[in-house]
Amino acid sequence: MDQLNYVINWIAKDIFGVPAYLVGLMTMIALIASRKGAGEVVGGALKATLGFIILGIGAGAVIGALTPLGALITGAFGVEGVVPTNEAITAIANGIPDVAQNVAFAMFIGVIGSLVIARLTPLRYVFLTGHHMLFMATVLTVVLYNAKVDSAVQIIVAAFGLATMMVIMPAFSMPWMKKVTGNQPVAMGHFGTLGYIAAGMTGQVVGRGSRSTEEMQFPQGLRFLRDPMVGTAVAMIFIYLLLTIIFTLRIGEAAALEAVVAAGFAGAAGAAGGLLGFLTTMFNQALVFGGGVAVILLGVRTILGEIVPAFAGIAERVIPGAVPALDCPVSFPYAPNAVLVGFLASVVGGLVGFGILWAGVGAWLVVPLILPGMIPHFFTGGTAGVFGNATGGRRGAVAGGFVNGLIITLFAAFLVPVMSAIGFQGTTFGDADFQWFGFVVGNIARIEGNVAAVGVAVLCVVLLVVASWFQKRYVDTGWVPGGQPTPTPPTGSEQPAHGVA
Amino acid sequence: MKILAVCGMGLGTGLLLRMQAEKALRELGIQADLEVADIGTARALASSADLILTSEELAPQLGQVKPKIVTISNFIDLREMVTKLRAAME
Repeated sequence: MDQLNYVINWIAKDIFGVPAYLVGLMTMIALIASRKGAGEVVGGALKATLGFIILGIGAGAVIGALTPLGALITGAFGVEGVVPTNEAITAIANGIPDVAQNVAFAMFIGVIGSLVIARLTPLRYVFLTGHHMLFMATVLTVVLYNAKVDSAVQIIVAAFGLATMMVIMPAFSMPWMKKVTGNQPVAMGHFGTLGYIAAGMTGQVVGRGSRSTEEMQFPQGLRFLRDPMVGTAVAMIFIYLLLTIIFTLRIGEAAALEAVVAAGFAGAAGAAGGLLGFLTTMFNQALVFGGGVAVILLGVRTILGEIVPAFAGIAERVIPGAVPALDCPVSFPYAPNAVLVGFLASVVGGLVGFGILWAGVGAWLVVPLILPGMIPHFFTGGTAGVFGNATGGRRGAVAGGFVNGLIITLFAAFLVPVMSAIGFQGTTFGDADFQWFGFVVGNIARIEGNVAAVGVAVLCVVLLVVASWFQKRYVDTGWVPGGQPTPTPPTGSEQPAHGVA
Repeated sequence: MKILAVCGMGLGTGLLLRMQAEKALRELGIQADLEVADIGTARALASSADLILTSEELAPQLGQVKPKIVTISNFIDLREMVTKLRAAME
């Protein structure tokens, strides 16, 4: 008997208790279910496991670089601040074994659940953006963990929430997506969708008679920012150095450096000291942050490269004729100029949001300051620009991007408190849907432990009913905001779509 | 042969290109290794690849690379993928 107990304990702690193995096992199941050969199953499972290990290594680097950043923001503005980066916060959350285990289960069950819902309701969307499934599973698990809901309930409720979001958000954005793509059978499968719908609506209000962004020339010199590694590094260098200068101007470089070291930063020991030493040390940390995010991305990419194709293979057999809901850059070829306009407008919106938080914080809002995180601003701002352009031309693209930037900044501030279980980590989720859904679920869950789980389940059912009604009333009848679009194929395309064969 | 599917982050679109290319290659009866990369690391990986699949807007950012670049404008159009891959293989 003792030996049996020992084995069970061993399986629970040393196998299921290690998130990397759990991810590997889930991948293995998905690969077996999509009828892959033995070699591919073993190779894929091992690769996904290694991807998770890589994720942890990158997280270590980013967390290290966030320590001095937190001290700099606090020192420069007198309040705590964060730079929303999905990759970083997900990696941090996955560092807590309890949370990581539940995230893996919630994601697996949620993804299967979304296929079941797509099969049974009018919401026939297959969401294929793997990293957003992981992020949404993480947000929901963390807010439920924060509310001290039981582990098993956490998994089931987070899975239901994830499955719901995977089919309702593509449905709600479908009319605008049709406007963008010219009625092609492709949906938006990205959890920044609230910002895109807001951008589409804003564009319609402000953009009457405005010409398309695609009729203007945009400087080629700004296109290098489209490389996320470069964009993140440039923005982080700017943020670190600016904060270092503000902090130094306030209390002098010696005292500022001392405060940063007191916050737990050990990397300044070998520096020359003085203002130049302080600046170059912080410059180095900005690069460590950028490099760390790139490592995390490599980890996420390694995991998803195995899981997503397996999932797509299963989905094709289970839900024939479903619409694929794809990552936001799918909209970029329809209006490449609007992407850059939207991105820049979104950053401006983010800075205005920062100003609003700074003015209001401490007075009546108990939320941290939110600095612009470049990855969310680029991808969601760019997409918001495309949506704004579709309904309101240039003015629509600018206003749409701006509104998106404002939304993801203000909403991020409100998400931080409901995620406090993982402490104040200097980062949070950067896209609108993680923020509003995480905030709503987090506040329902706060009411009373497990009873709140019922509340979240009811919320999901209500959302599914509303989305089904919306699908039948607006999407299936072919309603498109601002009238039928002129069929605009993506730049250079000469053929109509044939759908995913 | 080795094919690299490239997008901005190497997470969404690149993966989709890889899945579509797998289908297209099956149809064409061609064996190939497919790998997904982001625009930042694609240039480094390009030296070991024979073909690069990417979008029209990202192609200029790859600059001068050894493999042939095939741009796809409609990511979900399997016919476009088959036609362009066939043309590139000849």
